[in-house]
Amino acid sequence: MWSLLLAGTLGLLAGVLAGLFGVGGGILFVPTLTLVLGLTQIHAEASSLLAILPTVAAGAWRQQRYGHIRWRPALVLGAAAIVGVEAGVQIAEALPEHALRRLFGVLMLVVAAQLAWRSRRPSSYAS
Amino acid sequence: MRLVAIGVLAGLFSALFGVGGGIVVVPLLILLARYDERPAMATSLAAIGVIALVGAVTYALHGELKPGAAAVVGLPAAAGAVFGAVIQQRVPTRALSLGFSALLAVIAVWLLV
Repeated sequence: MWSLLLAGTLGLLAGVLAGLFGVGGGILFVPTLTLVLGLTQIHAEASSLLAILPTVAAGAWRQQRYGHIRWRPALVLGAAAIVGVEAGVQIAEALPEHALRRLFGVLMLVVAAQLAWRSRRPSSYAS
Repeated sequence: MRLVAIGVLAGLFSALFGVGGGIVVVPLLILLARYDERPAMATSLAAIGVIALVGAVTYALHGELKPGAAAVVGLPAAAGAVFGAVIQQRVPTRALSLGFSALLAVIAVWLLV
């Protein structure tokens, strides 16, 4: 009972992050599903993708009303990502996981720093 | 062309870590495709929908889905997402960008340790 409540609360929090920042929430769903609900990693990753669907549907519905969604680029991104998913599966089998984690971790720090730096000065291409 | 590259990267990340890939799509749309924060985040949501749908169907065919567990986190998350999107309209772009940077940094540290 408590674990369901905790999982639901973490889900709600993931949803707020999803709506606020335009991410799916999977980064919080996967640990919630494994650590709180006791799913295996593979079941958690699969079920996380399913949980993302109502989350992004609700978020996109709001964003559509605000007029922020560009549908054609979104579809191009989605279609290209499917190619990436296939490649990702191959790479995941070829490279050790900790190397991948390190690589993505470093990349993200660089991107975070760039974004933070960019927001320090007034944007020259703001709409 | 840039969109295709961003999409492929997001798909890679998605497959490797079992997430939707928005964490990759948003900053790359802002930095590479020159999107403003709000359109980048909204467009990312729609793109994740496509990625997650294909991923979920693939896993469903392999019988790996746990719909009950997905509903426990996914349904509260849908309510949270509406709330998050409403807040997003009221937060200044700069704060949004800094907040997202902080989120990225936290995830980066989590990946590194």
